[in-house]
Amino acid sequence: MMDNTSLASLESRKLNLFYGNFHAIKDVTVRIPEKSITSIIGPSGCGKSTLLRIFNRMNDLIPGVRITGQVLMHGHNIYSKHMDTAVLRKRVGMVFQRPNPFPFSIFENVAYGPKIHDLASERELPEIVENSLKKSGLWDELKDRLSDSALSLSPEQRQRLCISRLLATEPEVLLMDEPCSALDPIATAKIEELMLELRQKYTIVIVTHNMQQAARISNFTAFMLLGEMLEFDSTSAIFTNPQHQKTQDYVTGRFG
Amino acid sequence: MRRQFEEAEAELKNQIVAMGSLAEEMIHSAIQGLSERSREPLGKVTRNEEQVNRLHIAVDSRSVNLIALHQPTATDLRFIIAATKINSDLERIGDQAVNISETTALLLDMPQLERKLLDIPRMAELAQGMLKDSLDAFVRRDVALARTVIARDEEEDKLKSQAFNELMHLMQSDASTIQRALGLILIARNLERIADHATNIAEDVIFMTLGKDIRHHAVQ
Repeated sequence: MMDNTSLASLESRKLNLFYGNFHAIKDVTVRIPEKSITSIIGPSGCGKSTLLRIFNRMNDLIPGVRITGQVLMHGHNIYSKHMDTAVLRKRVGMVFQRPNPFPFSIFENVAYGPKIHDLASERELPEIVENSLKKSGLWDELKDRLSDSALSLSPEQRQRLCISRLLATEPEVLLMDEPCSALDPIATAKIEELMLELRQKYTIVIVTHNMQQAARISNFTAFMLLGEMLEFDSTSAIFTNPQHQKTQDYVTGRFG
Repeated sequence: MRRQFEEAEAELKNQIVAMGSLAEEMIHSAIQGLSERSREPLGKVTRNEEQVNRLHIAVDSRSVNLIALHQPTATDLRFIIAATKINSDLERIGDQAVNISETTALLLDMPQLERKLLDIPRMAELAQGMLKDSLDAFVRRDVALARTVIARDEEEDKLKSQAFNELMHLMQSDASTIQRALGLILIARNLERIADHATNIAEDVIFMTLGKDIRHHAVQ
């Protein structure tokens, strides 16, 4: 069983989400341990991306969405009316399936977050950009072309740039929705290595269809089916001795 | 993909069962040679050993392939891990049967001891029963049966110690029995090792079925 003594960065209690009449997330209570990687796995449509988006209120923008229950970050309900979603999304950043850099220069992409959040003066920006690019392993290859368009980068570099862009605003949690599904195996391996480095300082939650990826990189794995979180445990327990028959059937490829 | 994996898994299981039957036959033939004082059954031991060795390699090779090509998890992974370990135990059981057969061949050149074979036939019967049941437990994923195999190991150990003591006394009282008594000590030791391997198989069955490693612990 997982070590429940580890500190939780994020926690949901009796969480439910409805898209109109459709009950997409059912009574999910989960603690996401800090400074570790948690994978959410499950067949398409099980609610894993919906759950991920709940953690930084990305679902707020979808009409007809209703949420009950609580999501706590360090004990504070992120769905309270006092929560500023811009601040929340700075603390809980998201990386998407398709790398989506802005059509600006590499420098401007990374500087954008600190600028709009007023985190730094113009003078401090170069240092922030350099540090963020270093953390994502891009600095050495891009330092001489910071003014080039971000759209000139390879898919892997674009994904790293999107990660740098988040790191520039000093988040605590990184949400990643299939971050490698548009990348080839070598680029995937590089992003995975980056994630393993980042987990020393950040809490990472990743949604993935690639079970080997979940097994390789995550400390904890959550299995979801039809909106329910059927099992949450250490990744090694989920892949060697899952307790729930449905988890067993999914990880052994009997369905999904 | 799933069907392909299940077919390969079923073939792996069949190979293990075939090895188990060969190993059972080897013990039976070696002990038959000893108790009936006949060389004829011993030939079978040698013939079966070649087949067991071939299967030993085939099972490992199939397991490596299954792991590399299918990246198994959960029960699938535990099944393959258990299969490779059972494979090694069966091969070692075959070796023990060969040892019994070789010692028997030497003993047949000498007159039988007055005390004959002591409890060795009983030890053989017990070890063969343990092996058979451990393999049945493997095929049926039967944890209860596996536990009875583990529980029986103690009796085999006791019988071995008893045989050792009796044979030592015999050697001390009559030096002319030393060579024959030593032969029987070796055979008792081989049978006790076979029971240990059957116990390992039973432990692997429990790991494979429940995901619990019970080795080096008392049976619950």
